[in-house]
Amino acid sequence: MAVAIPVGTYGAAFGAASIAAGFSILQTCLLSLLLFSGASQFAVVGVMGSGGSALSAIATGSLLGFRNGLYGLKMAPLLKLKGFRRLIGAQLTIDESTGVAISQETRGDDAARYGFWATGIGVYFFWNLFTLLGALGAGAIGDPAAWGLDAVVPAAFLGLLWPRLTDNKTRLLAISAALLALLLVPIVPAGVPIIATALLAVIFGSRAKR
Amino acid sequence: MSQLWIATLVSSLICFLFKYLGYRIPESLLNRPVIQRINSLIPIALLSSLVAVQGLTIEQQVVIDHRLVGLLVAAIALSFKANFPIMMLLAAASSAAVYNL
Repeated sequence: MAVAIPVGTYGAAFGAASIAAGFSILQTCLLSLLLFSGASQFAVVGVMGSGGSALSAIATGSLLGFRNGLYGLKMAPLLKLKGFRRLIGAQLTIDESTGVAISQETRGDDAARYGFWATGIGVYFFWNLFTLLGALGAGAIGDPAAWGLDAVVPAAFLGLLWPRLTDNKTRLLAISAALLALLLVPIVPAGVPIIATALLAVIFGSRAKR
Repeated sequence: MSQLWIATLVSSLICFLFKYLGYRIPESLLNRPVIQRINSLIPIALLSSLVAVQGLTIEQQVVIDHRLVGLLVAAIALSFKANFPIMMLLAAASSAAVYNL
């Protein structure tokens, strides 16, 4: 449950950011209930809020959501799920639940499975509760900028990015991607600059050596 | 159906399908080093460009304003290993302070 408070804050920030981007309270809550992957959700509302098309928002959100599929590959042999439980397990397969399960593996498969379910269910509950609270709260305040809400969204992305910058290659990629996106912003439709930087990741990743 | 509804429902569907497919496809299909490498780098590229676009642009123009102050404060907080809620609060408070000056 140590993850609950950060998840709550982040969920509230998502709820507020989504309302500020023009989504309704129902759409905001559906994103948390159905999509349930923080970075993808922030990307969808961020791209739509800055005037991007639905297609750009879907592409960016989906690219960010792809990693959950690879987490599923890792979790499948551990959880051995079938039928309805597999649908539930898949929906709860995110950074936090996979991370906790992997960190518990040294204590045995039962501990890892418990870590996955406890974290997944806990995060799902708090994420959705605080999304709703954040959405309701954002409706009550006027100008998002006066409350610093317009800085919360990029700060949230920065917070997700920070722990991934583990070496010079990842830092170089991050800086290149930011610069490429800023260069593209005035010349291509909103949302496209972000998707375009995925190509940089492919180029960086295809080269085996540093 | 509005663009917002399409974005909400279609991205939810695709992201769920990715999660579910992870449990249905043979591991060997995606368990290749190049795929793993690219997969770990894509979030870095996308998150970094999202920081830049959300923090430094307005309506397809690069704009330096109060949000940059919030981002710099967030970066300093993160480099001191501040946890998520503290970092977000500091970013919001500093950005709002500059905006309301």
